[in-house]
Amino acid sequence: MSWGNGIRLVALLALLALLIWPQAFAGAFGLLTSNGQPAIYNQGSLLDITLSHLGIVAVATLAATFIAVGLAIIVTRPFGAEFLPVSRSLANIGQTFPPVAVLALAVPMLGFGTAPTLVALFLYGLLPIFENTLTGLTGLPPAVIEAARGMGMSGWQRLWRVELPIALPVILAGIRLSVVISLATATIGSTVAARTLGEVIIAGLQSNNTAFVLQGGLIVGVLAVLIYDGLSALERRLLARTGQAEA
Amino acid sequence: MIEIDDVSRLYDGRAVVDQVTLTIQPRTVCVIVGTSGSGKTTLLRMINKLVNPSSGSLRIDGEDIAGIPAYELRRRIGYAIQGHGLFPHRTVAQNIATVPGLLGWDKAKTQTRVDELLELFQLDPVSFRDRLPHQLSGGEQQRVGVARALAARPNILLMDEPYGALDPVIRAKAQDDLLAIQRKLGTTIVLVTHDMEEAIHLGDTIAVMAHGKLLQSAPPAEIIARPASDFVANLIGSSERPFRLLSLSRVGDHVEPGTASGTPVDVTASLRDAYAELLWSARTALPVTRDGQVIGQVTLAALARLAARPQ
Amino acid sequence: MSLAETAHSQTPPAWLALDRLGVLVAIIAAGGLALPFALFRANRIVPGDALGLFAALPMPLALVLLTALVGGFAAALLRWPAAIKLGMGLVVLAVLFVLVGLSASHLTPEGDSFARVSPGAGFWVLAFAFAVLVTDALTRLALRPWQRIVMLLAVTFAMALLLWSGLWTDLSMLKEYANRAQSFWSEARTHLGLAFGSVALATLVGVPLGLVCYKVKSLRASVLSVLNIIQTIPSIALFGLLIAPLAWVGAHVPGAKTIGISGIGATPALLALFAYSLLPIVANTVVGLLGVSPAAIDAARGMGMTRWQRLRAVELPLAFPVILTGIRIVLVQNIGLTTIAALVGGGGFGVFVFQGIGQTAMDLVLLGAVPTVALAFAAAVVLDALVDMTARETRT
Repeated sequence: MSWGNGIRLVALLALLALLIWPQAFAGAFGLLTSNGQPAIYNQGSLLDITLSHLGIVAVATLAATFIAVGLAIIVTRPFGAEFLPVSRSLANIGQTFPPVAVLALAVPMLGFGTAPTLVALFLYGLLPIFENTLTGLTGLPPAVIEAARGMGMSGWQRLWRVELPIALPVILAGIRLSVVISLATATIGSTVAARTLGEVIIAGLQSNNTAFVLQGGLIVGVLAVLIYDGLSALERRLLARTGQAEA
Repeated sequence: MIEIDDVSRLYDGRAVVDQVTLTIQPRTVCVIVGTSGSGKTTLLRMINKLVNPSSGSLRIDGEDIAGIPAYELRRRIGYAIQGHGLFPHRTVAQNIATVPGLLGWDKAKTQTRVDELLELFQLDPVSFRDRLPHQLSGGEQQRVGVARALAARPNILLMDEPYGALDPVIRAKAQDDLLAIQRKLGTTIVLVTHDMEEAIHLGDTIAVMAHGKLLQSAPPAEIIARPASDFVANLIGSSERPFRLLSLSRVGDHVEPGTASGTPVDVTASLRDAYAELLWSARTALPVTRDGQVIGQVTLAALARLAARPQ
Repeated sequence: MSLAETAHSQTPPAWLALDRLGVLVAIIAAGGLALPFALFRANRIVPGDALGLFAALPMPLALVLLTALVGGFAAALLRWPAAIKLGMGLVVLAVLFVLVGLSASHLTPEGDSFARVSPGAGFWVLAFAFAVLVTDALTRLALRPWQRIVMLLAVTFAMALLLWSGLWTDLSMLKEYANRAQSFWSEARTHLGLAFGSVALATLVGVPLGLVCYKVKSLRASVLSVLNIIQTIPSIALFGLLIAPLAWVGAHVPGAKTIGISGIGATPALLALFAYSLLPIVANTVVGLLGVSPAAIDAARGMGMTRWQRLRAVELPLAFPVILTGIRIVLVQNIGLTTIAALVGGGGFGVFVFQGIGQTAMDLVLLGAVPTVALAFAAAVVLDALVDMTARETRT
């Protein structure tokens, strides 16, 4: 465990160092360049691009979380029950759509730039959160719900005080999946002119500059792994709290 | 007083509860017994409006519950179920404080009440208050479940197979505790079980149900002595009848003068236990003690008479 | 009898009762009717004119569509049996698909090879609305696995017929296809090769690796967390990260170049896709084996089976549906991910997607995206059906 934490800390510090003082790494990345190519991405600050990347993912995931959880709540209430089977199927089918296709198809409607990327991330991000929220809200222990009803909690009180808190770890797992997919899809968003770390990688691919490819890839990869890891840890804590933890 | 008046409940045209009329006296324990599918749980759940009757009416202390909003009624009635239904994300104290919270009690009052209940159920408040349900044993979870049901001092407590998930030793202890608490608080308890032994042990009245109909409602002795139908007799078990009858009375009520020898029994023991001891030790009489003092004896002949079908 | 009577007596004429999902479908479809049905552009790059239903279709055909839609609305709104809803939904979709092709022929001036007609927002919204209706009907019908596969085959056949008949020849997407028919099929082969090849490789490696992780507990956590980390790294980053080492191998290891290993191209794509596929397959193999009932294993042991016999005769067959689910996840995922391989020169349908984005030619994007989505969807249907069939067999 302390080993793992050590690695996490080193990865985080290395990432921050690369973002704040990229020139300090110029020597190392320089080994991969040829013909006097620049070693560090030179068409914008890596830090700005990273923040913009994270910003897009955060906005899209936040919006997706609100809408997806809201929709899942609606279809699990008695008045929305008729929509439950079909919405489950649609979420299933939706996930067979490759995220890239969603991104590409958003362009004709919204033009180039950040907007299609945001919309694509939002739309695709809905699915895992919606599916997991459904799983969480429909898989609650029946005795607990029965007890909540029997004690005179109203529908909303049950939802807020019992159902959502118990389903929270499963919902969080959905958000985690959604964030990881969004981080990846946002990278491709740079092909439709969104300002994300993909532009560093693609610039490297186009100019045959392996140093760019590597630094872009490393930043996105480490970010994704750290965020995924952090959210998993949070989930485990929540699970342990409700006694559902495996390890 | 709970008055169930000609109540039926239909699902898809089939009566799950079929024209049941039953009155439950205040401060008594009424046990509804039946096999699975007999409608006993549905009947129980109609008392706190978890199920609404298709026809007929239910009154609590003379007031028709149809006119009381469901959530309000349920906050006035305690409800404990099999598998306890504790909220896994809330501590023991928060679980017990659920209904007081819904009723808007202030913090200090709630906390006092929580500790009071924990002590009543022999759970040390200091060490149990902040535990989470998954950190408790099965028996402790069950006790917290009942404590939670009693938190807002309800006059009525509904229990649906509350001991179904407990092993026999813990179950017997939980039943005795429940009876002690019921005598102390004077709560009216309606309990559903499929276990006739449990019904005879706990009930002031036993209501036997089958296929949605109420077959018989009477005190245990009456049910044993004069079952209304073969079904009821079967449920009691013909080979068990004399012993069940004996289990209803205490030694203290049948002490005769005399000085038998050997290991004594206490006045609080059931006649059934005394009878078992007589047979096992091959004696014809046992000395009876109260607080360690011998006050008389109980004889095999008297027990044999008492175990016979009442005329 | 009495059961049905009571149900009906409460909701007067049952055939007139409103279906709430149908109301939603109808609202979406009504919105679709209000939106332009087709887009006309003088050439493939310029912005086009959005044309409403009556401008996009000759009057008789517009009336055919409206008639079909009336039927569709009725099927959606009323509580009719699911089979009728399914049938009507499919009819409306078929009419929509045929008419959008006819609209293209109607709008394209004779002999004009630059003009482009593509389906408008209205078409897509209408198609979506009735696809929801069809999905709902299919969900309610709860078809058996083989029935689902037959459905898929029938729809595939109908689409093939539509494409073969030439009804869609004047649609812009098909014009893009006509211009690069040859490269389309070669990219299709590459796409399928990468997606299926990586899954096949991953199955060959992943199932034995899963077995090892199942048997050797100490390995389990570390192997799974390494695979988890790989799975988390965004695809384009992983493609990129593989370029440098592969380029080195290609340049320095003798013979590597001749078998096609180099930094750019299909090799990093195949390797990355393979790496992504490992986690679901290994994890599902472990979960599947762990899920085999201890009683079954005990019984096998009691009957004197050796470890190897137990594995072959009891554990693997019982774990098979779960392993197959892992393969399903990976196959659907890789069919999608392969699009990204185009960015590292790996080929596949992604070539059209990214070319299209580069040229702002959306029809070209569609030429890459639609087959990808269709493939992923078909793979999901077939494998879900297979999983259900095998799960049914092993259920006790």
